[in-house]
Amino acid sequence: MKIKPKIGLISCSGEGLPEGMISRVGTRRILEERDDVVTICLPLFLAGGQEERDFAKNNPCITVDGCRKMCAAKSVKMYGKVHPKSSIVISDIIEKNKDEKPKSKSKIEPDDEKLVQDTMKIITKEIGKVKEEKE
Amino acid sequence: MPEKKRSKYIIIPCSGIGKALGTITRRTTYIVTEELLPNDTDSICLPLLTIKDEETVRKIRQNLCITVDGCVAQCAKKNVEHHQGKLKGSIKILDVIKENPKLKPGTVLDIGPDGEKLARKAAEKIVKIVGDKS
Repeated sequence: MKIKPKIGLISCSGEGLPEGMISRVGTRRILEERDDVVTICLPLFLAGGQEERDFAKNNPCITVDGCRKMCAAKSVKMYGKVHPKSSIVISDIIEKNKDEKPKSKSKIEPDDEKLVQDTMKIITKEIGKVKEEKE
Repeated sequence: MPEKKRSKYIIIPCSGIGKALGTITRRTTYIVTEELLPNDTDSICLPLLTIKDEETVRKIRQNLCITVDGCVAQCAKKNVEHHQGKLKGSIKILDVIKENPKLKPGTVLDIGPDGEKLARKAAEKIVKIVGDKS
């Protein structure tokens, strides 16, 4: 029996910006809700071995980045030698949805909840698209 | 005469998303950089090192770095070493747990009161490293 690859969901979790906290929390909540997605700690692409580098080759990836530097998307290309199936950027969501900009790097404030929910909706939509493409 | 820019200690957490320990590294960093030593420390996004961002690599080569890792993979430390950063010290949350076996961290999304205590203990270790001028 061939095991179907899961969808890789990779968050930048950037420590330097509040948007990194949103990417982290939105991604983690989706990971806890679903069993068809997996993740990898982003710095493991460099710190890990071949198995970690092959993560993006073995699992079609959706990246969730805080800012336009797009570290998660670039890591997939740099180490996995493939393009992410979809790249989500929190600062783009804020601009498009006119969401309140998050202020705290260290926690999710009540005002950030709408942005987290918007992010989760987009991740869910992109997972649906990737699954459709696979079938 | 132009004022010489004072160097800061760069605190770099792994921020691993797979375990509560990763969240504790992140919390530890914010306790140090925002509460305990805001004038002496700063942080960077570790993913910027992973993608070899030039400005970030320069920063870790010009300033002393202290890494905070959750698990044995020690991603933060290895990323700094890979780029020849000035590593002054490294903390492993697993070691802090071993030293405080009664403290049980919560989850990735909520480290809980024990996780907060572990983060504060790890932060104290960083303050000690910063204070050690040798």
